[in-house]
Amino acid sequence: MSGVTQIMPDVVATLRREHPRAFGPSTAAVVARWVGAVLTLAWLICLLWWFDITPIRLWNGLFGLGKIIILMIPPSPGEQWEDILKGLSESVAMAFLGTFMAMLFAVPLGFLGARNVVINTLAHFSIRRIYDGFRGMDQLIWALAFVRAVGLGPLAGVLAIFAAEIAVLAKLFAEAIENADPNQAEGITAVGGNGLMRIRYGLAPQVLPVIMAQFLYQFESNVRSASILGVVGAGGIGLQIAERIKVRYWDEVLFIILLIMVTVGIIDTLSSRIRRKLIGLQ
Amino acid sequence: MSIASVETEFRNAQTTRRWSTAVALAALCIALLVSASISEAYPRSLIEGLPRVGEYFDRLLPKLDAEHFFAGYKTEGALAYWFYRLPKWAWLLFETSQMALLATMFGGIVAFFGCFFASANLVPSKVVYFAARRILELFRTVPDIVYALILVWAFGIGPVAGIFAIALHTVGALGKQFAEAIENADMKPWDAVRAAGGNWVQSIRFAILPQVLPNLLSYFLLRFEINVRGATVIGFVGAGGIGQELYEVISFNYYEEISAIVVLIILAVSVIDMISEQLRRMAIGRVTA
Repeated sequence: MSGVTQIMPDVVATLRREHPRAFGPSTAAVVARWVGAVLTLAWLICLLWWFDITPIRLWNGLFGLGKIIILMIPPSPGEQWEDILKGLSESVAMAFLGTFMAMLFAVPLGFLGARNVVINTLAHFSIRRIYDGFRGMDQLIWALAFVRAVGLGPLAGVLAIFAAEIAVLAKLFAEAIENADPNQAEGITAVGGNGLMRIRYGLAPQVLPVIMAQFLYQFESNVRSASILGVVGAGGIGLQIAERIKVRYWDEVLFIILLIMVTVGIIDTLSSRIRRKLIGLQ
Repeated sequence: MSIASVETEFRNAQTTRRWSTAVALAALCIALLVSASISEAYPRSLIEGLPRVGEYFDRLLPKLDAEHFFAGYKTEGALAYWFYRLPKWAWLLFETSQMALLATMFGGIVAFFGCFFASANLVPSKVVYFAARRILELFRTVPDIVYALILVWAFGIGPVAGIFAIALHTVGALGKQFAEAIENADMKPWDAVRAAGGNWVQSIRFAILPQVLPNLLSYFLLRFEINVRGATVIGFVGAGGIGQELYEVISFNYYEEISAIVVLIILAVSVIDMISEQLRRMAIGRVTA
């Protein structure tokens, strides 16, 4: 090839006429985009006006936040670091116990929600919708309710995590069971295994590692949420944060937040190590 | 190798496996006992507590009867009696969903401009990449309710504190997901635009965005669903929305109102989930089609 071939304007015009989409979106699409953008912007401005988010208010808020951040530095454990450690261990314990209890209940519910176990489509659909519905209820709502029922303290937190987690785990387990390969169970039947053996040797080896891995994942996520349940009085480190924010000990607040981040990080690392071992990726 | 040696090897492997299972189970039992004692979940308190839990949740159930089911809101036992403040609650739920929308937008916009610096394939500088990732992590690890507790001091009680609290958490969460979507993008168009003389911004606009925009949109909608759930409880600390009302009725033990609000929350969340799922399908489908 020698030099660049010049494309004639009339060729471009023909191409443009024959393949308009190659040169950009159609007029209708452009109009639709503009209308969409203008409507979104209008709604955004509407919302800003509704919630009274003005530049002055924003500036004042940021100014207040800046003052708080300056007061946070340097972080300090304060006088009652024993309470902080106790709260932290409470949070981890609540998460572990709550998730474990939920797992015990979620395994049978997972079977109930699996398409290959409950074959009726309507039943399957409605069971799954119930699980989804329960997941719509936040852990903090459960926590607040259980605080009313069993009183302040970590027990309410354990029950809240337990109640909120069942639906989540049940859904995850149902999916794991649905994804299990039926051939292995068939193989066990073919060599003369009974129903129990089918589950033990055909299904369990496929499903158990997934269940354990999901349990560990949810445990990690619940350590995070258990760290805030104390805000409504359900035990754990959240109570310590809420109390210190109330009396504006900002340096201690930052210390606790950092401590939670470190703890969550450690637990994440440990749990991912166990997970890898369970799934067999040594 | 003779059959016998295979047999012994199998037995040995079986014994080790059984031992390790036993050790793991023992560790699990110890962990359970320790956490039960720390979290005060003693058998006695559980046995004492459970009937009270049953009693409490029983009181939450509405006293509906078939005879007056469709009667007006002044008749006890009617559906309308249970939801007698429906207009107010519906408005609060709408407010809550719009708080979540605004928060997701704010967070999403910041995350959108930040995510390019947190994508290893777009930033040549390791320092910028590392710093951006750590900053996003910082935003992400603090739960939105903790931000709300702090922001209520800065912005005062009300929805604004809630919106910014959720937005702050969203920056971290979406920023990470956006960056990961970008890191998975095909880099050949990028090379082409670079070779044709495009600068950094142009290359992102013409090589990366067309590939990842549907993914980003889908993550945005997913985060919106999560934020709606978050917004329903952010009011517990005085940051606006239906949560503030729920906190009050739970504190004052207005049993039937609690269940009514919870039912409404679940309904609203499911409806929003369904709409958002459809939109997500559309966003993804536009490219594959």
